[in-house]
Amino acid sequence: MSQFEPVIGLEVHLQLNTKTKIFCSCANQYGCAPNTNVCPVCLGLPGSLPVLNRQALLYAIKVGLALNAEINSFIKFDRKNYYYPDLPKGYQISQFDFPVAKDGFLKIKSGNQEKRIGIKRAHLEEDAGKSMHDNTGSCSLVDFNRTGTPLIEIVTEPDLRSPQEAYDYLNILKLTLQYLGVSDCDMEKGSLRCDANISIRPVGQAALGTKTELKNMNSFRAVKAALEYEIRRHEQVILAGGKIVQETMLWDDTQAQTQTMRSKEEAHDYRYFPDPDLVPFTVDYKTIDSVRAELPELPQAKLVRFLSQYELSEYDANILVADSGMADFFEAAVKEYPQAKKVANWLAGPVSMELKNRKIPIHGLKLTPKALVELIAKVEDGVVSNLVGKEVLGLMLDQGKGAEEIIQAKGMAQVSDDSALFAIIDEVIAQNAAVVDQIKSGKPNAAGFLVGQAMKKSGGRANPKKLNELITRKIAGV
Amino acid sequence: MSLYPLTAHALLDAFKSGKASAKEAYEDVLGRIKAVEPKVKAYVRQAKTSPDFSGGLPIPIALKDNLCTKQEEITCASRILKGFISPYDGGVIERVKKSGGVIVGFANQDEFAFGSSCETSCYGPTFNPWDLQCVPGGSSGGSAAAVAADEAVWALGSDTGGSIRQPASFCGIVGMKPTYGRVSRYGLIAFASSLDQIGPLTKDVRDCALLMNIIAGYDERDSTSVNEPVPDYTKALVNDVRGLKIGIPKEAFAEGLDPEVRASLEAALALLKKLGAAVKEVTLPHTPYAVATYYIVATAEASSNLARFDGVRYGLRAQPVKARKNALVDMYEETRSRGFGPEAKRRIMLGTYALSSGYYDAYYLRGQKVRTLIKNDLDEVFKDCDAIITPTSPTVAFKIGEKTSDPLSMYLSDIYTIPANLAGIPAISIPGGFSKSGLPIGLQLMGKAFDEEMLLRISYTYEQNTEWHTRKPKL
Repeated sequence: MSQFEPVIGLEVHLQLNTKTKIFCSCANQYGCAPNTNVCPVCLGLPGSLPVLNRQALLYAIKVGLALNAEINSFIKFDRKNYYYPDLPKGYQISQFDFPVAKDGFLKIKSGNQEKRIGIKRAHLEEDAGKSMHDNTGSCSLVDFNRTGTPLIEIVTEPDLRSPQEAYDYLNILKLTLQYLGVSDCDMEKGSLRCDANISIRPVGQAALGTKTELKNMNSFRAVKAALEYEIRRHEQVILAGGKIVQETMLWDDTQAQTQTMRSKEEAHDYRYFPDPDLVPFTVDYKTIDSVRAELPELPQAKLVRFLSQYELSEYDANILVADSGMADFFEAAVKEYPQAKKVANWLAGPVSMELKNRKIPIHGLKLTPKALVELIAKVEDGVVSNLVGKEVLGLMLDQGKGAEEIIQAKGMAQVSDDSALFAIIDEVIAQNAAVVDQIKSGKPNAAGFLVGQAMKKSGGRANPKKLNELITRKIAGV
Repeated sequence: MSLYPLTAHALLDAFKSGKASAKEAYEDVLGRIKAVEPKVKAYVRQAKTSPDFSGGLPIPIALKDNLCTKQEEITCASRILKGFISPYDGGVIERVKKSGGVIVGFANQDEFAFGSSCETSCYGPTFNPWDLQCVPGGSSGGSAAAVAADEAVWALGSDTGGSIRQPASFCGIVGMKPTYGRVSRYGLIAFASSLDQIGPLTKDVRDCALLMNIIAGYDERDSTSVNEPVPDYTKALVNDVRGLKIGIPKEAFAEGLDPEVRASLEAALALLKKLGAAVKEVTLPHTPYAVATYYIVATAEASSNLARFDGVRYGLRAQPVKARKNALVDMYEETRSRGFGPEAKRRIMLGTYALSSGYYDAYYLRGQKVRTLIKNDLDEVFKDCDAIITPTSPTVAFKIGEKTSDPLSMYLSDIYTIPANLAGIPAISIPGGFSKSGLPIGLQLMGKAFDEEMLLRISYTYEQNTEWHTRKPKL
């Protein structure tokens, strides 16, 4: 048990999926050829001026409300001044003292306890371009396509007390944001980025220790690993009698360690001042209320409701809630076929497997809730076995057809008619005398092997329950 | 018939009646440029795009070198933008082109509009057509000189602290700064975003109204542009000031006001009274703080607006011969050291300081608060007055080189013009007489926001009852 307690705060930058950039009408699109998705405004050409994208503001309000924050109806932008080649104007338009949202929280489940993580603020700002440094060191390249992409920066209070909590927070935040539909939240594509602030203090001490800032973590796993490493580093320094230097550390994933940013960076003086090109204004309460009215049921509330309304296990409920598309699909299916557990099993099992293999989201599948329950009914009614049912699902997704159609077309209906099965059973019994003897001498479960053989011979179409029944009777009768 | 000395409205009449063609007028202006430009140096470059005379108002116009025009080199008279070819037309340029305007060329200015004399240009100064030993005023010195010398029929400039009005005053022409938000800033290379406006420089008040009709109007690409309907400004040209109330601030008679300028002002007051206006003494108590406020707020905004000139995407990029720190920082420092002139550097440093940590509250924030007090003074006076009159400048045009070693004294020449920018209200400078040495004296009228019509009315009346505007420099 460590004598130190870590104190962690996280800053998440989220790219919004508005149609156009935050201050100009360039498409908000990822993956274009370099410097093709630009205009005088996002290139910072002389004489250009910003005009706020209303949708970005509405998304910011939506995020603030989902994070239980107070919405600042007075909207003001400030210039954050610094020099870097991927920052065309030499300043970033951001929000300094009037963030769109402040003083919110997000509940996380840490172990078995529920904990509130304070959200200090969430504000709007524009993204910068992308710099690439040539391996030979002869030049750097800048792509301005990303300049002007709308960002929301979400800053927590230093309420996180372990790397695991940080990891949990990020997952719940990402899920919440996905439910809102405001961002792809994809760390690989860069639509979600995370920096961390970490300090440690002796357990029981109220005063905070010196913090370091961690950057360059490219996944939630990396955030957790970086925090674990940095906490150990802080402990080692302090226990050795040293002092933590307040600085920015870069996480090196390949070396699994943090490193000081080599260049001796003086603390930036950003010289924030209100951007005179963007006139401050007030959002009216009607607008805020209409955004609030459009908020979807958020994942944590949905989980609680699923547990009680459908009496699902926590395991199943968590899988369904982990994707809002999946959750909606589930509820639509249960409406048609009120056997929540069975529907949940199919979604959590075979359907999830198909999604994984096909690498598409549930709304990309050629499957409606009604079609799924039709298939489930066929399995429950014994028309096809569970195993065949999974095969039918695959074919349904390939062809976009219904279960009935596919079963008929491929003649996959389970054979349950006794007389049709006698021939197969006779064959199997004849070919497996030793097993028959086992059964006779008191191992009834060995019949399972015979059922398996018979299933094979029937091309999987025999009703296994029926087979078992008939085989057992036959053996007993012989 | 000599076309180049004519006003735009006279030329339009001539075109209409068939007495002259737009092409002839343009060629006549080119001929005039050939004759006098070597002495005046109003222009920095001729427009590249060939003129089209088919539009409705095909008047030869000079554009200040900070107005982005598609496919033209635009430099703000700075080395750091040499070679920058604008890929787009600013909002006002679109309007000028739509009206059929014939762009002659780009007029000289103080570098990035930093100046009151047109002496900080990287191309060298422009010379006052009335006395070639004197400055034309600034920063729109080239625009003013071009109009005064008939090297353009009219011109556009920009005004942040007086940069249209003061050169108009020094060059004996009309210059107007519209209400902030009246004219689009999209395409105007920014100096101080909360103060800048593009405006007309013309030979008479009627031309000013005509050009305002062309350039005024909402532009959705400028968030500070106001969606207020544009009247026909020529309808304001009424020769009648009876019953109007004109305020004369007692602070206008400050130390440093040239006695001849004062005399012109007093004569103007007498004339206006004679024409039926009521003239009353008013007070603008925070006037003594206006220049200081401006030089904090404007330079702060400028320091940020000029950060984009870094050598990365356009204009000058320089690298020192011997590496100093690292390649990136070296490039920034070398580019900006070589690219900016001394006045630009001075203002960037002042502005950066005013915004810096620990000083923001004492300088920028306080400056913005005093700005509100200055605006309140004016609002108070306008409760009771239709317009306010002052001299445009405390002096007539000074000699080239006279104030360049004393930046502060240069700054103080903006004392009368700065308040209108701080408050966002419209203001106009009109010819108000001549000094004994033959240099023009300018009078300034300030009005309520979006009340350019009042200013045009009073100016037109005064103009029609004087003959200053008919005089031409001897070149």
